[in-house]
Amino acid sequence: MTGGGTGLAPAPGPPSDGDDGYGRHHFRRIIAIWVVLAAVVDVLFYVLAGPHIPPGTMTSTANGAQFDFNVLFLVAVPVLLAVWVYLAYSVWVWRAGRGRPEPKAGPYSRGHLGVQTAWIATTTAVVLGLFIFGTYELVAPAGAGGGEGPNPAWAPASHNVLPIQVIAQQWEFTYRYPTFGGFETSQLVVPADTAIAFHVTSLDVIHSFWAYQLGVKADANPDYDDVAYTRTTGQLGQFTVRCSELCGIWHGAMYDYGRVVSLADFMNWAKVTEKTLIPVTRLLPPFSWTYTPDANGADGAFYPDNRDPYSNVETYGAVPAQVAPFDQAPKAKP
Amino acid sequence: MTIDSSPRQVEEAPYLPASGADFGSGGPSAGRGPRTRPAWLGQHVGTALLGGIAGYGVGHWLGNLIASGYASAQGSGQNDVAVVLGLAFGFAGWLTGIGVLNHPLSKLIGREPLAEVPQQNWTRYVRFTTDHKVVGMQYLVGVITFFFTGGLLAMAIRTELLTPTNHFFGPGTYITIVGEHGTIMMMMASSVVVGPLGNYLVPLMIGARRTAFPRVEATSFWMFAAGYFIILTALPLGGFPTGWTGYAPLQTQAAGGMDSYLMGFAVIGLGMVLAGFNLAATIIHFRAPGMTWSRLPIFVWSILATSALLTLATPTLVAAGLFGLLDRTAQTAFFVPEHGGSSFLWENLFWFFGHPEVYIMALPGFGIVAEMLPVFCRKPLFGYRAAAAGMMGVALLSFFVWQHHLFQSGIDPDMRPLFMLTTELISIPTGFIYLVGLGTLWKAKIRLEVPMLFCLGMFFNFLIGGVTGVFLSDVPVDVTVHGSFFVLAHFHYTIMGGLIFAFFGGIYYWTPKLTGRIMDHKWGKIHFWTMFAFFNLTFFPLFIVGLLGQPRRVFEYAANLQVWNDFSSVSAFLLGASFLIFVGNFLWTIILNPRPAPANPWGSNGLEWQTPTPVPYFNFERIPIVLSDPYHYGEPTPVPVADLGPGLPAAGVIGTTLVPPTQLGPRPPL
Repeated sequence: MTGGGTGLAPAPGPPSDGDDGYGRHHFRRIIAIWVVLAAVVDVLFYVLAGPHIPPGTMTSTANGAQFDFNVLFLVAVPVLLAVWVYLAYSVWVWRAGRGRPEPKAGPYSRGHLGVQTAWIATTTAVVLGLFIFGTYELVAPAGAGGGEGPNPAWAPASHNVLPIQVIAQQWEFTYRYPTFGGFETSQLVVPADTAIAFHVTSLDVIHSFWAYQLGVKADANPDYDDVAYTRTTGQLGQFTVRCSELCGIWHGAMYDYGRVVSLADFMNWAKVTEKTLIPVTRLLPPFSWTYTPDANGADGAFYPDNRDPYSNVETYGAVPAQVAPFDQAPKAKP
Repeated sequence: MTIDSSPRQVEEAPYLPASGADFGSGGPSAGRGPRTRPAWLGQHVGTALLGGIAGYGVGHWLGNLIASGYASAQGSGQNDVAVVLGLAFGFAGWLTGIGVLNHPLSKLIGREPLAEVPQQNWTRYVRFTTDHKVVGMQYLVGVITFFFTGGLLAMAIRTELLTPTNHFFGPGTYITIVGEHGTIMMMMASSVVVGPLGNYLVPLMIGARRTAFPRVEATSFWMFAAGYFIILTALPLGGFPTGWTGYAPLQTQAAGGMDSYLMGFAVIGLGMVLAGFNLAATIIHFRAPGMTWSRLPIFVWSILATSALLTLATPTLVAAGLFGLLDRTAQTAFFVPEHGGSSFLWENLFWFFGHPEVYIMALPGFGIVAEMLPVFCRKPLFGYRAAAAGMMGVALLSFFVWQHHLFQSGIDPDMRPLFMLTTELISIPTGFIYLVGLGTLWKAKIRLEVPMLFCLGMFFNFLIGGVTGVFLSDVPVDVTVHGSFFVLAHFHYTIMGGLIFAFFGGIYYWTPKLTGRIMDHKWGKIHFWTMFAFFNLTFFPLFIVGLLGQPRRVFEYAANLQVWNDFSSVSAFLLGASFLIFVGNFLWTIILNPRPAPANPWGSNGLEWQTPTPVPYFNFERIPIVLSDPYHYGEPTPVPVADLGPGLPAAGVIGTTLVPPTQLGPRPPL
């Protein structure tokens, strides 16, 4: 808020209407209206809308995004209302046409050091506060579900991470499960209560893998392995996957649905699918983090770029859990 | 009297040049007297069109000659070499046809250039002209043409989005409409204020007779106009599927319309560079004596900041466009990953230009509202220095934020906190503009004239745009809202809610100066209220649509979002209809049934209002001597803003006995 004392020189004669000449009573009124309105709107928002803000609570990153959005909204409401209340008040009280005299420019009509300093200090404090908060919320949940490229700066502490490769192409997503023999399917099934690494890559143009309720978004670039981490909670159900980077004329039709299922169901599904798809998997290029279109062959084949796909943090399902803990598992070979 | 003026001599040039304006003659041909040419050989927009069409034909033929045997062209039904050469030759033919090359080519071969006699009839508006006021009016027609073309495309988009799965357009047509809408609107918004109001008003506001490089200025307009035709050629060439951002490698595999997009942006970009450095040079070098940096009207500060961005950021776009054209024609691999290029390169280059571009589309709006506020508040501008510093701060910071468009792209994650910080820091200098606005409103006498309504509307809308920008800069929230309708609503709130509202305010405010006629107040108010209401009703629901999971540029969406989308669409149609009120008002009161304007209808102290209307060819009979800034409203002792010359009243003292400026004592302490 801009402050009192931005206004006129003290008016000659006795001030009326509690006017001390600087208009501090206007300032007090604006502040009062603002505080009440902001408090009411913030409380209403937090109680009524806060728990329902997308993307929901299906994963840790979705939860974090929801919490972040709510915090930003709670900060934004007072900022918006400060300006709007002030605008409305000034237009209402100081509009011309009710016999108001010409304003007389006072000493502070061209600037007021205190007000300007307070304004800058306040905005700077809010901005830096939001930056520190945002950085914490980015780093603590391992990248907050955003694509981090092939060398993630922030990874889950656990080694027990399930890698799922998302292969985007015009105009569909397919998914490979490297720790289950590298089978490829158009179904995205993830276990509950598990840390997941999505390895997003593309075979043609830029796409973006947006698992809406999971709070995950990572661009799919050709020749590039874009990693996004999240951790599912105990919540089961369906989620939407959409392409969120314009990828050609059928971009709008590039969506499908995934499922979060219990851990047991997932293991069952993965093992069955792995077995069922063995004849298909044999025909695929060996699993790799990226695939380059075969420029020399006319058959549209893809070369795997890296035949040693397993990272040392993502070993989920590669070795039986009862034999060795995940975080001490030997580096698996395909 | 202490006149704070530079030691420059006051230029005593004739009011109207007897034999043509001679800007910067020199070299071996100087002093031989200008050549003239019969009127039927004159050049105008018709010859430019002929040149453009002929150039396209020649280029296309040449391209087919060169490249029709190439593997990339054979059997594909599309020869990008022919398209690109056609557009390039067409562009050259257009510039030749309008006469851009007359002067430089004459000088190059040592021949005396043609005389540039200022045209006094209406035909000057369709010719290459060195009069900044004519160029300003040309730009005005140009940007309004862009705006309404883009607006019609927006209506088509909202029509398609009326239903989630039934289609009015095929997917290829729809995505081309989206791309054309975005590209045309971005091209328009880059020039919407700098072009018409910047070119027209800056010399008047700083007390200059012309801009620094009048031919460059005129060239910038004719490039802008060429860009319009080039981007529209995308329609017959198969459209383009990339939207206005043109991401590669989708760009590389697209149809021939992509060449129009790349060439169009490169051409518009060249025009933006020229317009920018001309205005920057004008503001730096052509200020009248006494027009110190602390007396510069705040609108001129905003144009200076914008000009810096136009000049420094746009070359990146031009270069990126040329890389793209090379990839598509000469089979280079700037953006082709499997041949050593990178899909990130275009994203980086594009947004390295694109984010300063965002502020090219915001700063002039700030300038307009800050310029008008004191006039309608009858108070000095509060925090003048903060406003100027804020604009320069925004311009500087805007070069350090571009990767916030790439938060989810997988690009180096270490940089994310930095770009989150720089992005959020921009809200500090942007906040200065609000400080200035709110401070000026404090205990003012607010006259709610039409331009003032647009000012207040801009403050209301841009705040929503700015605050939602902070949501987008926050990486965890951005994971959800990036690439969704939330982003779309955000930048429509800043560009349309901010810049376009300010622009229309500026139109209502300055048409009395530009045309000598004034628009109807009542219809102006109806226009404002319908535009304001339906703008918010169109775009506010789109925040919710985006948050609920609808990505941008889709033609199919979840069925449960239809209510929101339909609400937005219907509001958008009414928003479109509100512009018909403007058009009707403009046509009736400015052209069909001219309504003469008072000389200074708003009681402004600005130097631009002290010139006669219509403004004479050389603006000022004598270069004015500037005595103070134009914001001395409501001060106990009126201070004249400028000495316009002997026999003329001191400018800027309204409703007070005039005191010859030379007899004024030192300025009284405030």
